[in-house]
Amino acid sequence: MTLLSARNLSKNFGGLTAVKDVDFDLPEGEIRAIIGPNGAGKSTLVGLISGRIKPTTGTISFQDRDITRLPAHRRVAQGIAYTFQITSVFANLTCRENILLPAQRGALAAAGPFGRIDTDALNDKAEEILARVGLGDRADTKATEMAYGHQRLLEVGMGLALDAKLLILDEPTQGLSDSEIANFLDLIRGVARDTTVLLIEHNMTVVMELAQRITVMNFGEILAEGTPEEIRADDAVQRAYLGG
Amino acid sequence: MDYGTFFLIASMEGAVQAAVLALTALGLSLVFGVMRVVNVAHGEFYMLGAVIAYWVSSQISGSPLLGFMAALILSPLLVGVLAAVADRLILKRLNYDPEATIVATIGLLYILQQAALTLHGPVPTAVAAPFDFYVRFPGFGYSGYKLFVIVACIALMLGTWFLLAKTRIGLVMRATQYDRETAQAFGIPVDRVYAGVFALGAALAAIAAVLIVPTQQAYYLMGGDPLLLSFIVVIIGGLGSLRGTVVAAILIGMSDGIISTLFEPTLAKMIATALVALVLVFRPTGLFGTVAR
Amino acid sequence: MNRILGLHVGVIALLLALHFVLPDYHHVSLARILVLTVYALGYNLLFGYTGLLSLGHALFFAAGLYGAGMSMQAYGWTAGPGFLFGFSCAVLMALGIGLLALRTAGVSFMIVTLMFSQVGYLTTLYFNEHTRGDEGFVIPLELRQVFSIDLSVEDTRYLAALALFAVAVLIKLAIVRSPTGRILVAIRENEERTRMLGYDPFRYKLTALVLSGAFAGASGAAYGILFGYVGASFASIQYSILPLLYVLMGGVGTVLGPLVGTVAMFYLIDIASGLTSAYLFFVGAALVILILVAPKGILGSIRDRWARWLP
Repeated sequence: MTLLSARNLSKNFGGLTAVKDVDFDLPEGEIRAIIGPNGAGKSTLVGLISGRIKPTTGTISFQDRDITRLPAHRRVAQGIAYTFQITSVFANLTCRENILLPAQRGALAAAGPFGRIDTDALNDKAEEILARVGLGDRADTKATEMAYGHQRLLEVGMGLALDAKLLILDEPTQGLSDSEIANFLDLIRGVARDTTVLLIEHNMTVVMELAQRITVMNFGEILAEGTPEEIRADDAVQRAYLGG
Repeated sequence: MDYGTFFLIASMEGAVQAAVLALTALGLSLVFGVMRVVNVAHGEFYMLGAVIAYWVSSQISGSPLLGFMAALILSPLLVGVLAAVADRLILKRLNYDPEATIVATIGLLYILQQAALTLHGPVPTAVAAPFDFYVRFPGFGYSGYKLFVIVACIALMLGTWFLLAKTRIGLVMRATQYDRETAQAFGIPVDRVYAGVFALGAALAAIAAVLIVPTQQAYYLMGGDPLLLSFIVVIIGGLGSLRGTVVAAILIGMSDGIISTLFEPTLAKMIATALVALVLVFRPTGLFGTVAR
Repeated sequence: MNRILGLHVGVIALLLALHFVLPDYHHVSLARILVLTVYALGYNLLFGYTGLLSLGHALFFAAGLYGAGMSMQAYGWTAGPGFLFGFSCAVLMALGIGLLALRTAGVSFMIVTLMFSQVGYLTTLYFNEHTRGDEGFVIPLELRQVFSIDLSVEDTRYLAALALFAVAVLIKLAIVRSPTGRILVAIRENEERTRMLGYDPFRYKLTALVLSGAFAGASGAAYGILFGYVGASFASIQYSILPLLYVLMGGVGTVLGPLVGTVAMFYLIDIASGLTSAYLFFVGAALVILILVAPKGILGSIRDRWARWLP
C-alpha cells in the first residue's frame, strides 16, 4: 500500500527551480534513501513533504488524503515526523524534556483541551525512548551540555517520540563516529519494523546497509529509482553522482 | 477671515510641523535602519535639545540671535555626546539585541526625563525667538521665524542626505547597515560607526527641538508627542527607509494640523494610533516601504 | 515534586502569618503588592515562559479595573459580579488583541501592543464623561463587599488579596508544570522546532496571551474593588512597564520571581518617592541596570546557581 505519493511537485525560489515536476511514491514499511549531489533538491523535496516549504505546483497525498494545503504542524498530527539536518534540539532543556515534548503530543490531542493525561505513562515512554537511542543515563542532562553526536541521537529520539507513520531523517549520521553509526543502523532497523523511514544521506555505507530502495536526485529531478544493486549498476547514476 | 486664508494659515502651520517632524523622525529612522535599534528614548533627546536651548540662551543675555546660534550648535553637540556615551555604556553591552535595547531605552527615557525634571524643574519655560518679523502675504501676515524653521529643516535634511549618499562616512554607514560582520572584517570601526549613528540620530532630534522651541516652551514632558509621531512616521514610511520617512512625515505633519481642527485632539490621536498599529499588523513593510530588511 | 508544592504553600502560609504581625503601613502595602503580583505572574507567563515581550499589558489591567469599577457604579453591582465582569472584559480584550498582534513578532509585537494599549489609554481620556478621565472616580464604599463581607476594611482586604494571590500562584504553578506549559517554553526556545513537533505556535501563543490577560484583568478588577479608585493613570504606558520591571527584577521564567520583584520594586519606588518627585528616575535606572547586569533577575540567578529544581 502506498503511504505517501507526490504528483508534479515543483518548487521555485525566485528564478531557481529547486524541485522540478517530481512524481514520488513511498510504499508503507519501506526504508527509502534519497541521494544526490549537493543542491540536487533533496532537502527541498523532504521540506515539501513535511510541510515546511509550500509547493509552487503539484499535490501530495498521505494515506490517500490530500495534504497539499495542510500546515506543517497538522501533518505531524497525521503522522509525518521530520528531524532536522542542522541539529535543533532544545538546547536549554534536559534530554527528558526534549523527548517529553513530542511524546506528549498524541496524548494531549486525544485528551482534548480539558482532559487529563497520564503523566506516569508519559514519563515511562520518555525513559524508554531515551534508552532506545542510547541516552538512558542522560535524562537530566541539558542538551547543550552534550557532545554533538549525542545531540544527533536526541534529535532522532524526538522524531521517534512522535509515534509517526513516516519518519523523515535529514542526514542523520552527519557528525557521528563509526561506532555511533553502527548503533544508529540497529536503531533504524528496529524502528522500521513498524514505521516507514525516508532518509537523506551522504554516507554511502549507511545508504547501502539500510535502504531497501534508493531515489537518486539531480538538478531537482529524479534521475533513477531502484534497489541498492540496481542503483549501483545504473550508468546514468554512475555518471552524475558516483563520479563514474 | 475667509476660508481661503484660514486654509492657507492651516497649511503653513502644517508645513512647519511636517518639517520639524521629518527631521525628528529621520533621526529615529536612521538609528533603526543602521543599528536595528528601536530607540524609545528618542523623544527625550528632543526634549533635552529644547531644555538645553533654554539654558544656553538664558546664559547669553542681550542678543536673542546670539543665544539662539549658540544653542543651535551646543545643544545637538551635547545631546549627541550624551547619546554616544549611552551607546557605549548600555547598547553596546547588550550587543544591540533588539528586544533588550528596547527595554534599556525605556529605562533611558525615564532617566533623562526625570533628570530634566530635577535639574530644569516642572515648569514650562519660554525661549525667545532669534528674530521677530512678519512676512506679509495678501490678506494675512505670517511669522518670519516659522518660515525660517521650514527652510532650516529642509536644509538640514538635504545635508543629512548628502552625508549619507555622497560622503565616505555615509558609505561606511551603509556598509555597516548591510552586513555588520563583513564591515568589521573590512576594517570598518563598527563600534565607532554605531556610536556615531546613535549620536547623529539624537542630534537631529535635538536640532529639531532647538528650532521649534521658540514657538513652544521647554518642558520636561514634551518628549512624548514627538516620540509617538516619529514612530507613526517611521512605521508608515517603512521601517528603515529614509525616503519613506520624509514622505510620511510630510503626509502626517500636514494632515495632523487639519485633522486636529476637524476632530478633538485626543480622538485624532486615538484614531491615528489605532490605524498605525493596524498598518504594522497587516502591512509590516509600511505603506510606502519597499522591503524592510 | 512535593518540595515544589511545599515551597509555594509555605510562601502562602508565611504571607498569612505576616497578616497578624505586620505594622499597619506595611500591611496595606503588602495587600497592594499581592494584587500587583498577580498582574506580574500573568505577565511572566507570556514574557518569561512563552518569550513574548508585550509593552501593552496596561490595556488588560485597565480592562479589569474599568470593567469592574464602571459596571459596579452603573448597575449598583457588588464586588462579586463586578469582579467577574471586569475579568471577562480583560479576557475578551486579550483574545481580540492577540488575534491581531500575534500576526507580528519580536520588535513589531512590542510596538503593536504598545500602540493598542495607548489607544486604550486615550479612550479612557476621551470618554471622560463616563470614566472621569485623569481624575478618575471612587467606587462607592457600600458596593465593595462580597457575601456581606466588607472588602474595604484593612483585615478583609489583606485576606482577599492573599486569597487572590494564592489562587493565582497555584494556577500559574499548575500551568507551567502542565504539558501546555512545556509547549510554551518550547516556543520560547525555538518556535520553528516546536511547530515541527506538531504544535501550532499561534494557538499556544494566543493561549498564553489570553491567560496572561486574564491574570492582568483579575489583578486590575481586584485592585479597583479593594482600594476603591479607578483612574486613567492605570491605563498609561507606565502600568505596562511596571510588570516588566517586576518580572525582570524578580526572575524571568520563575513562578515566585514576580512576588520577589514586586516587593523589591514597590518598596524601591515607595522609598524613592518619599525623597524626590522624580522617583521614576529609579524605575529607569533599575530597568537599565537589570537588563545589563542581571537579565535573569533575583530568583532566576538563584535558580541558575543553586536550585535548578525551582519552577
